[in-house]
Amino acid sequence: MSGSRERVLARVRAALADVPAGEAPEDVAVPRDYAPAHDQGETTALFAERLEDYKALVHRTPPEGLAATVARALARRGAGRVAAAEDAPEDWFAQAEAEVVRDGGLDVAGLDRMDGVVTGCAVAVAETGTIVLDGGRAQGRRALTLIPDYHLCVVRGDQIVAGVPQALPRLSPARPLTWISGPSATSDIELDRVEGVHGPRTLEVVIVE
Amino acid sequence: MSPDHSSPGAGHAAQDRAAGHATFLGMLPFPEAAERAVGDSQLRHNLRMATRTIRHKREEVVGELDDWSALRAAGKAVKDRTLRHLDTYLERLEAAVTAAGGRVHWAADAAEANEIVTGLVRATGETDVVKVKSMATQEIELNEALAQAGIIAYETDLAELIVQLSDDLPSHILVPAIHRNRAEIREIFRDRMAAWGVAAPEGLGDDPRALAEAARVHLRERFLRSRVAISGANFAVADTGTMVVLESEGNGRMCLTLPQTLISVVGIEKVVPTWSDLEVFLQLLPRSSTGERMNPYTSTWTGVAPGDGPQEFHLVLLDNGRSDVLADEVGRQALRCIRCSACLNICPVYERTGGHAYGSVYPGPIGAILTPQLRGTASAQEASLPYASSLCGACYEVCPVAIDIPEVLVHLREEVAASPGHRAEKAAMGAAGWVLGGERRLGAAQRAASAARSVVPRRMPGPASAWTDTRDIPEIPEESFRAWWRREGAAEPAPGADPAEPGRSGGDEEGGRR
Repeated sequence: MSGSRERVLARVRAALADVPAGEAPEDVAVPRDYAPAHDQGETTALFAERLEDYKALVHRTPPEGLAATVARALARRGAGRVAAAEDAPEDWFAQAEAEVVRDGGLDVAGLDRMDGVVTGCAVAVAETGTIVLDGGRAQGRRALTLIPDYHLCVVRGDQIVAGVPQALPRLSPARPLTWISGPSATSDIELDRVEGVHGPRTLEVVIVE
Repeated sequence: MSPDHSSPGAGHAAQDRAAGHATFLGMLPFPEAAERAVGDSQLRHNLRMATRTIRHKREEVVGELDDWSALRAAGKAVKDRTLRHLDTYLERLEAAVTAAGGRVHWAADAAEANEIVTGLVRATGETDVVKVKSMATQEIELNEALAQAGIIAYETDLAELIVQLSDDLPSHILVPAIHRNRAEIREIFRDRMAAWGVAAPEGLGDDPRALAEAARVHLRERFLRSRVAISGANFAVADTGTMVVLESEGNGRMCLTLPQTLISVVGIEKVVPTWSDLEVFLQLLPRSSTGERMNPYTSTWTGVAPGDGPQEFHLVLLDNGRSDVLADEVGRQALRCIRCSACLNICPVYERTGGHAYGSVYPGPIGAILTPQLRGTASAQEASLPYASSLCGACYEVCPVAIDIPEVLVHLREEVAASPGHRAEKAAMGAAGWVLGGERRLGAAQRAASAARSVVPRRMPGPASAWTDTRDIPEIPEESFRAWWRREGAAEPAPGADPAEPGRSGGDEEGGRR
């Protein structure tokens, strides 16, 4: 700790002289009558549609088609060498021709030489077309999904919730989280959205139903 | 334009660029600045295009949520709860961040914050830092302070990069370079990028895709090797010590993930009580801000995570006038602001004047109430801001945390008017009250005005000239409405009194409300 801690806190307390001494934070009512989700359509279809709105590439497959879908996606991308977390399931890559490099502490330059990265996710939100990574199973550390220009993400049907309020209880704030809604983009030029800036410029999602 | 725009050749070190920053200090009061701005047709065109686009997008995605008003009420209430018990939540936040391996610093004002950050960067031995777009660090002019200490801060948000490269000032909360169009941005990239690092590619066009690509190439190398980053935060969760940054481009992720040391400068009003409170703000903010269902990237982190991201994290809690705002029971609500900029995009005044006229990093309606409260209204510039509005109320309508901006504007106008130096206006208002207060006096004044209409000047003389500098004196009619009514109105029945038009009149008076 450094700086003017006591001074700032004293000023804040002085500024709040009008707040009755007996008032607890919970005494300030917060109405929570907003919806947990918005009934905007069947969850998986909605998730796929919203991702496509962001110009992400989306595939839906039964579990037995996953390896083939991953293989086709990587081939179409021309990805010869992709990174993956150490605990990403082997069978995802069973049919892939690409070399899969497991992340055992690749340095930044090493990551920068990868043609892409393949991960799972922790939670997905249908209404907003969002994938949340928490560094858990098959996801790896944050740099893994940041430096390569292409991110292929495998989302299981049971990981998709409808609305944002349903996602937060499934996530631990103690872990570093990355919420991803489409490829990197900017609206800084005339407030017109353009996909592809510093983060992965291509996001491809495989939904396993 | 700043004087050092000539010869941006390789001889100019980036450090020289960083030292010659534009500043909001000593800006003109709003009326003068606005008069200049509305005369700039290019600026007006750029702003009209951009604000129209974003207004439309916002309306669409807000319309998708049938519980928007409930979310808005919750957002307002969560912020009110936090503000009324801010000391409790700040201490809670400090404890949680510390427990998670972060260090918390407290800054009473801009100078102290700059000193803390400068000291932290110096301790790393680095002289370059990368920055995530942050209003708080703009407010305290951190880049200038770092430059004084020989540390160069590289802005990495595309719009901030445009502003930094052109030695300009931000003019919008979300899109600081909103006043620039694609052709201007291309010129800036072509002329200025080389002095700051990787040059713009040969033959760069003005397609936004090409411009975004140029920014990617320009910053890529710097992201991969920078060891210190500085950010702000959109939210800081008191219970868990979690910081939240919303962004689009991935520059935020780069800065928050790759460097060894991360320093976040966060206003004390950014606290929210609990993790689950984010379920409200993660819906309100992106839809109000960029008009998206969700922004491309949101990063959250709690202290340090072994093996993932920066291993040293500092949180600098910034007061810098916020406790003064908190002390004003009417003005306090301005601290609910989540910096979405919806009020700028909807504001008819902002659309015409742009952001620079407000003389602050916080422009538009929210700036008109925040800046005078943060800085006080002693100078003409700040005292003019509460008047930089037509009080149409559109800003309040779109505000996701229901800040009643017109209410605060009127409150601040009272404050300004009660201060010495506003005697002329008070005298004029007093006289008007006397004239309007008596029917005979009003009639006499109107007849006198009608008789004198050909000789009324376009501009008022003396102290009243301040009023007509920015307004046209309305044309005085040949005959007042009251005189016309006495002459014509009494001859025929008023339409509202026609018994053949049921419901047009009488209902409320006779039968009560239906």
